[in-house]
Amino acid sequence: MTARRYIGRAVPRPDAPDKAAGRALYIHDLARPGMLYGKVKFSEHAHARILRIDTSAAERVRGVRAVLTAWNTPELRFGFLRDNLALKRDKVRQFRDEVAAVAAVDPDAAAEAVERIRVEYEPLPGVFSPEEALREGAPLVHETDPQGRPRRDNRVPLRFHHESGDLAAAERASRYVVAGTFSTPRIQQSCMGTAGCIAEFDRRGHLTMWAKTQIPFLAQRDFARALADIGLGDRDVRVVVPTLGGGFGSGLDTHAYEYLAILLAWKTGRPVKIVYTREEEFACLSPRQCAVTRIAQGCDAEGRLTFRRVEVLQDNGAYTSWGATYPSVMMVPVTSLYKVPAVYFDAQLAYTNNTYCQAMRGYGNPEVNWAIESNLDDLARAAGIDPLELRLRNCNEPGEVTPMGLKVGTCGLRECLERTAARLGWRERRAARDGTAGAEPAKRRGIGLASLCHVGGSGRIYRSDASGVVLRLDDFGFVHVLYGGVEMGQGLHSVLTLAVAEALGVRPEKVVIGPTDTANCPWDVGTHASRGAFMACTTVLRAADALRRRIFDLARTVFPAEAEEALRRHRKRNPDDRPPEFDVAAAAARTGAFDLRDGVLFLRDAPPEPWLRLDLARFLRAVHFREGGEMLSAEAFVDPPTQLPDFERGFGNLSAAYAYGTQGAEVEVDLETGEVRVLRLVAVHDVGAVLNAQTLAGQMYGALAQGLGYALYEEVLSEGGRILNPDFRDYKLPTAHEMGMPIELEFVEPNEPAGPFGAKGVGEPGLVPTAPAIANAICDAVGVRLHDLPLRPERVLEALRKRGG
Amino acid sequence: MTPRKTGRRSAPGPRVSARGRRPESGAAARASGSRPAASAPGTTPVRFVVNGAEAEVAARPSDRLLDILRGPLGLTGTKEGCGAGECGACTVLVDGRPVNACLFPALEADGRAVTTIEGLGGPAGELSDVQRAFVECGAIQCGFCSPGMILAATALLAEHPDPTDGQIRDALVGNLCRCTGYVQIVEAVRAAAARRRTAGGAR
Ligand code: FES
Ligand code: FES
Repeated sequence: MTARRYIGRAVPRPDAPDKAAGRALYIHDLARPGMLYGKVKFSEHAHARILRIDTSAAERVRGVRAVLTAWNTPELRFGFLRDNLALKRDKVRQFRDEVAAVAAVDPDAAAEAVERIRVEYEPLPGVFSPEEALREGAPLVHETDPQGRPRRDNRVPLRFHHESGDLAAAERASRYVVAGTFSTPRIQQSCMGTAGCIAEFDRRGHLTMWAKTQIPFLAQRDFARALADIGLGDRDVRVVVPTLGGGFGSGLDTHAYEYLAILLAWKTGRPVKIVYTREEEFACLSPRQCAVTRIAQGCDAEGRLTFRRVEVLQDNGAYTSWGATYPSVMMVPVTSLYKVPAVYFDAQLAYTNNTYCQAMRGYGNPEVNWAIESNLDDLARAAGIDPLELRLRNCNEPGEVTPMGLKVGTCGLRECLERTAARLGWRERRAARDGTAGAEPAKRRGIGLASLCHVGGSGRIYRSDASGVVLRLDDFGFVHVLYGGVEMGQGLHSVLTLAVAEALGVRPEKVVIGPTDTANCPWDVGTHASRGAFMACTTVLRAADALRRRIFDLARTVFPAEAEEALRRHRKRNPDDRPPEFDVAAAAARTGAFDLRDGVLFLRDAPPEPWLRLDLARFLRAVHFREGGEMLSAEAFVDPPTQLPDFERGFGNLSAAYAYGTQGAEVEVDLETGEVRVLRLVAVHDVGAVLNAQTLAGQMYGALAQGLGYALYEEVLSEGGRILNPDFRDYKLPTAHEMGMPIELEFVEPNEPAGPFGAKGVGEPGLVPTAPAIANAICDAVGVRLHDLPLRPERVLEALRKRGG
Repeated sequence: MTPRKTGRRSAPGPRVSARGRRPESGAAARASGSRPAASAPGTTPVRFVVNGAEAEVAARPSDRLLDILRGPLGLTGTKEGCGAGECGACTVLVDGRPVNACLFPALEADGRAVTTIEGLGGPAGELSDVQRAFVECGAIQCGFCSPGMILAATALLAEHPDPTDGQIRDALVGNLCRCTGYVQIVEAVRAAAARRRTAGGAR
């Protein structure tokens, strides 16, 4: 194979110039003729019966075109378990429940109308933690299931379970066992561009939705179902995705505001736009699930792991999103991070009257990784083994089949551990003793590390795990790419561009990515599970191969004539030149005669004469503009070799490849204030192979910032179901200051055979082990184990105080 | 009065109340047709220079600079990330200094010179050196924070042609980015500064 021209280098993104110029259009920037502005009236209670809704004053506001409640609209049911309603009728189950919606000619009128809606409630006792919710006799969040059958408790009817090996025997055989309980908070995806959509019906009743989504095709299906519920079941739904101001999992579900926009557009016959303010986004868009993880791990005298037992309790909130399936991904690290012969895993979700949660980057993995990697350090300490050594002793290997049945292809975990340790100066420093003096007497420094494994070759959590691509060549040598996956900032379009350029043999400037639109793009399950680049490249390789074969096939007949013509022109222009003799027709007839590189079609063994190098655009026109002419295009639809696991038993090869990585941190802990400063971060990841070094680094840096935020700062605070910090002043995101420490990135490239160009998916891994790496460094520095994220100074102080007393 | 960037994270203070403001009033103005200056009741004409050209907009007292930029002037490159002075997505330059357009009253813009992201490039749409550095260094992912970041960086370089990393981070501390972790953004600012020094001046 010839050396790669584009894949693997550091290349600027194709969408960056327009974004730098302020020309990219986000949902906030779009308007349609005659468009109305929608606004939602949210609940004022966490749990209450709705007695009466008075919309008369709202209807009188000038410019108001529609005021909807559950009483004047058809019921629209949605959500992963279809337990949510676009407009609530009998009761509200969370503070953000939608009780009414307004459309008006301008946002001010819509806001005024919403303020004038009066709702009478009868407050009900609520449940605000999963423990409370599962207690005998707790108030029921849902009295009935979506089919109307009575419910007896607040358990979410989803089961995730795994058992492998002889757990009891393994526990008995363990020389050391350490148990602990670890918790992770709700956090906000915090896309800088807030959520929003525009719904518009044409005069035939077909719906177009401009949606901030990561799942255009699953959303299309959801919206089609909604149309069926309002009696438009035979109409078309088209989902168009504008430029997204971030995703991070917030677009993996359809949301009530989208259904409300549809209802308002349908009622008024006008396009309706709903965009959340930041405050609404904080208070009314589902955050990441929070979880409590109880864990025990054991090892023998030599530090070989004997068993791992993990039980997770998740606060689902009032309704169920795709995020409720976090445990399906939790199983990956629980069963397969390091070699563990016996594993027990069980996850339980409880309905509460808190805001309902949804997915975020990492999808369950950071939640359990926090417990596994923190607890593993404690186990190492109990066994008197260096934490790095313990991990190396149990390190995953290439080709391993794990207790869950994951078929590990390549695995660079050992190298990730070793390289991280080397960069941290691990062996020298740990030999010195734990915890070194900081800059000041009241400060102690320490180092820590943690690893991860994650799906790296798509991940089947739906019946189809497919993606498709269309490559269409035009008369000018441009390649138009239609792909159903979503660019949300991560660099998908960059990777698509490079993959097409590389695989087809054109220059990247000739690759044009079309809009993400269900009307044009092939079906795609969604941009989740770090599958974007993996699937984009996989499909492109296949389509490009088909195109190349067609091009070379046609070239046998088209090329010789074109070369002859080119030679004639060449002679005319260069009368003194003596081109070498070359039998083009004979060369063209040989199999494998042609190659296409950088948009130039040529015969592999021809002399490097300009007249023997045919510009692709010229070739395409020759193929097109003749009798029986044709335009070239190719479509590839790939459902990767992944298995939909049996989640109740916890077996199945979820992904076609697995990504690994290790992160290390050096911290300084202030013994007086409890403040933790991260002095440096090291991230060494097995990425299979680098696709675009620049966007890869960007993904990692960004993920590390999110990992840092998760570790130290971020938490959606709530009391009695009400969000207490719905703004960036009280919800702290890392700024350029917090991210000022030196960060070292390194990529291990084992070249995954199942991956396109050898690559694995790596969108999520970068934020997974950051928190435990930091907590392990804190433990190294001051000798206390922290169990709850974020690692706020009070928590550190509290732990120090407990240790002292 | 010197317009100062208010609501910056580095300087927490009393917050100018812009909470609960709709993000869409600009678009509303656009959808309902541009407001002719000084004709709509309850509005005052604001005459100012936007990206080097004179502009006149009829603004209501409650309008923010952000509203008239994104609305009647159609300059949607300026983003609204929070409407409360906490994210910097709406950063524009007023008389050369960075301000949060979501806190800056539209009427206050009268007589001033405002630069938005659309006004940074050359006459034929070429990107400015800072914009180019952002593109080349991979400093842009979703891009929602980018216009504000680029304007904040532009203002920094005008004042400090050779900023330290600390100065760069200080200048950007009011601009939140959820995608990049800021590393390549800081690199871009450094690269733009370096290139300017070797080229001996801006652009
Ligand atoms: S929108 Fe102005 S600071 Fe966030
Ligand atoms: S690039 Fe997305 S917020 Fe900065």
